[in-house]
Amino acid sequence: METLTTFLNSFLPEGLSAFIVIMLKIVAIMLPLILAVAYTTFAERKVIGYMQSRMGPNRVGPKGWLQPIADTVKLMFKEIITPTKSSKVVFFIAPMLALAPALAVWSVIPFWDGGVLANVNAGLLLILAVNSLDVFGIILAGWASNSKYAILSSLRVGAQVVSYEIAMGFALVGVLMVSGSLNLTEIVKAQGGGLLGWNVFPLCGLFVVFFISGVAETNRAPFDVAEGESEIVAGFHVEYSGMAFALFFLAEYASMILISTLTALLFFGGWLSPFGNTFADTPILSFIFGDGFHWLLLKTMFFLFCYLWFRATFPRYRYDQIMRLGWKILIPVTLVWIFGIGIAIAYGWQPWL
Amino acid sequence: MFRSMTHFVKSFTLFELFKGLSITGKYLFKRKVTIQYPEQKTPMSPRFRGHHALRRYPNGQERCIACKLCEAVCPALAIDIEMEERPDGTRRTTKYDIDFFKCIYCGFCEEACPVDAIVETHIFEYHFEERGKNVITKEELLAFGDKHEAEIAKRKAADAPYK
Amino acid sequence: MTLELFIFYLFAVITLSSAVGVVTARNPVYAALYLILAFFTSAATWVLLEAEFLGVVLVLVYVGAVMVLFLFVIMMLDIKIDTLKEGMVRYLPLGLLVAVIVVAEMIFVMKSSTFDRAIPEPAPLSIDNTKALGEILYTEYMYPFEIAAVILVVAIIAAISLTLRRREGVKKQNQGEQVRTRKSDRLRVVKMDSEKRTSTRQEERS
Repeated sequence: METLTTFLNSFLPEGLSAFIVIMLKIVAIMLPLILAVAYTTFAERKVIGYMQSRMGPNRVGPKGWLQPIADTVKLMFKEIITPTKSSKVVFFIAPMLALAPALAVWSVIPFWDGGVLANVNAGLLLILAVNSLDVFGIILAGWASNSKYAILSSLRVGAQVVSYEIAMGFALVGVLMVSGSLNLTEIVKAQGGGLLGWNVFPLCGLFVVFFISGVAETNRAPFDVAEGESEIVAGFHVEYSGMAFALFFLAEYASMILISTLTALLFFGGWLSPFGNTFADTPILSFIFGDGFHWLLLKTMFFLFCYLWFRATFPRYRYDQIMRLGWKILIPVTLVWIFGIGIAIAYGWQPWL
Repeated sequence: MFRSMTHFVKSFTLFELFKGLSITGKYLFKRKVTIQYPEQKTPMSPRFRGHHALRRYPNGQERCIACKLCEAVCPALAIDIEMEERPDGTRRTTKYDIDFFKCIYCGFCEEACPVDAIVETHIFEYHFEERGKNVITKEELLAFGDKHEAEIAKRKAADAPYK
Repeated sequence: MTLELFIFYLFAVITLSSAVGVVTARNPVYAALYLILAFFTSAATWVLLEAEFLGVVLVLVYVGAVMVLFLFVIMMLDIKIDTLKEGMVRYLPLGLLVAVIVVAEMIFVMKSSTFDRAIPEPAPLSIDNTKALGEILYTEYMYPFEIAAVILVVAIIAAISLTLRRREGVKKQNQGEQVRTRKSDRLRVVKMDSEKRTSTRQEERS
C-alpha cells in the first residue's frame, strides 16, 4: 500500500493519489464482500437443504457452484415493476437506502492489525449509528409500495429494530467497559493472550444478547416477522422485482455477514489466534496457528453458519413474544450484566486483564 | 417454586434451543433422500397410469369395438367416441379422442374396457407443443400403442395374477 | 478553497435546502424524509468540526431511533393533504408574527457576547473526543448530568403512567405464562385398549 502511494505520488497531485488509493481500498473490500454475499445465499440453500435431508441446489455448474451467478443474471434481466399509485421516487430510493448503510459500515471494520479503511476512534458507535439506518430502507419500501402487506411489514420492522437496538447497544457498552476503547482495533488487541483472553468469558451473557439482537436486527429467522411468508407474503419487498429486489437481498446478507464479523471481533478476538504465542517459534505452524486474517474468516463463517442453523431449526416468533423477549428479558439481562462488570471494575477484580 | 426455578435455569441456559439445534445438527450429516430425477428414478408399479394407448390384436386388428363403456365411465368426460359399421360387418370407431387436459388418469377406462383396447401406459414424460395437441386422436393412440406394445404386454402380464 | 471548505459548503447547502424541504413538502412522509436528511448532513458537519462523538450520537439517536418512530406514526395516520392546507391564509399573519419573533430572538442571541466572539483554535487532538467528553461529563458536570438523567427518567415514567390504562373486557395474552407452560399442562395422553375388528369390507366381500 505504501509503495503504491509513493508510486502514484510521483506523477499525480497528492489529493488525487490519496483518493485513488482510498477508492482501491474500497473496491478491495467491496468485491470480496459482494462475492461473499452471493455465496452466502448458496451456502444458506445448501445448509438448510442438508438439515432437511435434501441436497440443495446442485445443477448449475459443478456441484451447483454457479447457482448464485445464475441467480444474479436472472435478477438483473428481470423487469422492475412499479406498482400504480406508489410514490416512485421513494420506491427506488428505498432499496438504495437499505444497501448503503449495510456497505458503509464495512469502512471501520478491521480485518487484521492495521487492515482497516478508516481507523475511527468512535468506531463502535459509528457502527451502531450506521447500522440503525438500515431500517429506513425497509420502512420506506413498505410505505412506498402502496400495499397493505408491505406497510404491515414495515411497521413490524420499525418497532422490532428500534427495540432490539437498545439491547444491542447495551451489550456493546459491556464490551467497551471491558476493553476500555471504542476503537475496534483496540478492542481486538485488548483480547490478546490466547483463548482465555477473549471477551466471551467475562461477557458470555452479553454475547448471547448481542447475537440474538443481531439476528433480530437483520430480520432473520426466527425473528423474520418482516418477511413472514406465511402471513404477509414477503413483507416489505412484495412489490419489488429484478435488481431492486436484489438490492434488498444484498443488504440483508451484507448485514448478516457484518453481524457475524462484529461478533467475532468484539467477543471472539477477531484475527487473534486461540493459541496465543504457543507456536510462535515453529516456522510453518506459527503462520497457521498465529494471528491472522484466516482466524477472523473462520470465526465469521462459524457465526454465519449459526444464522443458517437457526433458520433451519427455530420456528418464527410471534410478534408480541418478540417484543417481550426484547424489552423484558434481553434489556434487563444486559443491565444486570453491565452492573456486575461495573462493580468488578470498581473493585479492581478484572481477571480478564 | 421448584418449577419456576427449573424454568428459570432452563431458559437462561438456552437448554431447549440447544436441544433443537442438536437435532438439526444431526440431520446435517444424515443420508439425503433426494432423488436426482432424470438420472435416478423411483421404482414404478406395473399398474402405473400414464399416457393412454390403443392396442391391437397380434394379427394387427384393432381391439376397440366402440362399446363406449370407457366414454360412459370417464369421470372427467375426457373421452369422445364416434363409430360406424365397417363393410365386413364389424363395429369400429371412426373417432376416439382423449382430451389430456381433462383426463385425471384414474384408469377407469382401462378397467371398463371389455377387450383391453384402451390402456394407460407407464409413460408419463410427455408434452404438447401446440394448442389443441392436448386432444389425442385415435391414430395417435394406435401409433403410441404400436410403438410400446412389447412393454405394455409385459406390464399387463406382470399385473395379470392380481386381477 | 480547500477540500474541507468545499465539503462544508456542500453539506451546508444540503442541510439548508432539506430544511426548506421540511416545511414546504406537501406529503408529511416527504417532510420527515427531508428532516432525516437535514439531521444526517448536520451530523456530517459536526464530524467535519472534529466533534465525531456528537455527530455519531445525533445519527444514532435522532435519525436511527426518533425519526423511525416519527415515520412510524406518520405512516399510520390517515392524513388528507387537502384538509391540511385549509386555513393557510387565515393563520398566515399569526405565523409570520411568530416567525419574526423567532428570527429576532435568534439574531439577539447570536449577537450576544456568548456567541459573537472569535473562533477559538481547536485543541490539539491528543486525546480522543469521546473519552474527553466522558471524562468531563463524569467529573466536572457530574451533578447536571445526573439531574438531567433523573429528569428524563421521571419524564419516561410520567409518560408511561399517563398512557397506561387497564381496560376491562380486553382479550389479552400473558406471554410469560404462555412460555412457562409445559407439555403436561396441556396434553393428556390417554391409554386405551385396541378394539376388536367386528366386520370389515374385505370380509364382507369374501
